[in-house]
Amino acid sequence: MILRLVVAALLLFITLPTVVVIAVSFNPTAILSFPPSGLSLRWYENVLTYPQFQRAAVNSLVVTGAAVALALPVGTLAALALERGRLRGRNAWAVLLLSPLVVPGVAAGLGFLILAAALGLLRSRSVLIAAHVALVLPFVVRAVWVSVRNLDPALERAAASLGAAPSHVFRRVTLPLLKPGLFAALLFAVVVSLNEFVVSLFISNRVTEILPVAMFTYVVNYTDPTIAALSSLFIVATFVVVWLADRYLDLARVFLQH
Amino acid sequence: MTTVVVELRGCTRDYGAVRAVDALDLSVHESEFLALLGPSGCGKTTTLNLIAGFVPPTAGRVFLDGDDVTDRPPHLRGLGMVFQSYALFPHLSVRENVAFGLRERRVPAREIERRVGDALELVRLDRAGRQRPGELSGGMQQRVALARALVYRPRVLLLDEPLAALDKKLREGMRDELRAIQRSVGITTIFVTHDQAEALGLSDRIAVMNRGRIEQLGAPREIYEHPATRFVADFIGASTVLRGRAVANDRVAVAGVTLVVTSGALSSGADVELAIRPERVQLVPGGGDNVVEARVEGLVYQGAQTELTARLRDDQRVLALVTEPAPAPLEVGQTVRLHLPADAFMVLA
Ligand SMILES: Nc1ncnc2c1ncn2[C@@H]1O[C@H](COP(=O)(O)OP(=O)(O)O)[C@@H](O)[C@H]1O
Ligand SMILES: [Mg+2]
Repeated sequence: MILRLVVAALLLFITLPTVVVIAVSFNPTAILSFPPSGLSLRWYENVLTYPQFQRAAVNSLVVTGAAVALALPVGTLAALALERGRLRGRNAWAVLLLSPLVVPGVAAGLGFLILAAALGLLRSRSVLIAAHVALVLPFVVRAVWVSVRNLDPALERAAASLGAAPSHVFRRVTLPLLKPGLFAALLFAVVVSLNEFVVSLFISNRVTEILPVAMFTYVVNYTDPTIAALSSLFIVATFVVVWLADRYLDLARVFLQH
Repeated sequence: MTTVVVELRGCTRDYGAVRAVDALDLSVHESEFLALLGPSGCGKTTTLNLIAGFVPPTAGRVFLDGDDVTDRPPHLRGLGMVFQSYALFPHLSVRENVAFGLRERRVPAREIERRVGDALELVRLDRAGRQRPGELSGGMQQRVALARALVYRPRVLLLDEPLAALDKKLREGMRDELRAIQRSVGITTIFVTHDQAEALGLSDRIAVMNRGRIEQLGAPREIYEHPATRFVADFIGASTVLRGRAVANDRVAVAGVTLVVTSGALSSGADVELAIRPERVQLVPGGGDNVVEARVEGLVYQGAQTELTARLRDDQRVLALVTEPAPAPLEVGQTVRLHLPADAFMVLA
């Protein structure tokens, strides 16, 4: 009974900010007040018609799409190498690959900024994409690594004994068996990249900025529920992605193994 | 004899400081069923892996049909293997598992269909084709693994403790089935096991392995009746080994008693080791030829029989199986008379 109460309280605590934001987004007046004084969709309309948000949404899609498309194969190969390769200093490599998790965003952002400036890339999205690859890589490596670890090497030997050349073994056995890890990696990479803010703030401008940065800029200049509406859309989108993944993939299994 | 299909010449395999296989020589003949028998860790799996090409030898060469294949990768060796864990592909159906090798060989779809059907029929699994391996029992998985390894008619079939994961009853059934299938297909087979009964019952020849070496290679009867070394004698169940000195070509002095040994020629004056199976040792009431006195050290009641451990006067250990009910009640510490039949001894090299 007490345990149940604790869990309920915890859930409330975790979800409360989200609930508040969603409630406020329907406020008919331009004040961020809670509880809302009525129901209105005007801030949603504002979100969808605000040009800077449109541009940022496109940027977000491009940056996240490109970053994930790059990080997935790279991270998969890294995970395979970490588990299978005859690596010297395997642990050092692992720490290096997972390090973006522990480097403060500000430090990473500053680093990318200086680098990008030196390379004259500050006006393009490529530096954002590069940064996002680095930031999502730890999640990709981690998720795929779990799957690689659970892969019985005897299966690949069996395939070889049946006549499959190494490339066929990879395509017909290794890759299909890594699927759960790859899906988890994809999911994490998308969510992390879409929500990335600190590092992106350092290296984007009005033309290249992604949604979270655009939202921040908006908040700095205006205080109306538009941002709450956009946040709500964001939350719902993320929720749908995770829910779909959970439904089709059994996330708990992917993450609780080992 | 017939042609040699698989040959290992001086093969050694080291894992760091561990020598898993030690300068091994082995020839396997056409259509032969050869067992690699030995305790866990003696290098049986490593030997199979050398033949299959999964690990390269540290030294030595591997030949298939006379060709040096030491540097040939596993997928080009054309062998069939059944793994200890079966290693069925969990993401593929039974049919797809069995078809795997045929698809790699680019066999036309029609023929794949037919041959997979035949192979599943051979292992009596024609109804389970659509299922996933995970839905099958251990015995069925084992048969899928066998069908998968046989369907493309490999040159050699390698079996790594294929029966070890099955329960006792199933194991005995599968053993007979395996032998029948091997006979009907006529394929050269190397079979790894640590179970002496399995090896004796299945094989044309047995290689008894110990610490990466072959201790003895021969027909089951030869191994069973004439174990060459103490290790082999012990491993196949002749668990008493007595040390003594030959005093004539058919007499050995052991623990102050002269035993008649009719089962091997001895050279007088030499130190010899005699092995004897516990079921041949008899409890007798009085003295006589080949009767020794011994003090009972342990008794393990096993229902139909009791396993008796006793020490001779010079402390050598003798094991006997006494059929129940015993002629007289037995107690630890008591002195008994044991008859060691002259023709029951195996003279070890
Ligand atoms: N991949 C490996 N890495 C390190 N040591 C190994 C490896 N494979 C086998 N060994 C060692 O080699 C010896 C023989 O192993 P193995 O061939 O598996 O024996 P068996 O199959 O007879 O039980 C054992 O001591 C084992 O620990
Ligand atoms: Mg083994």
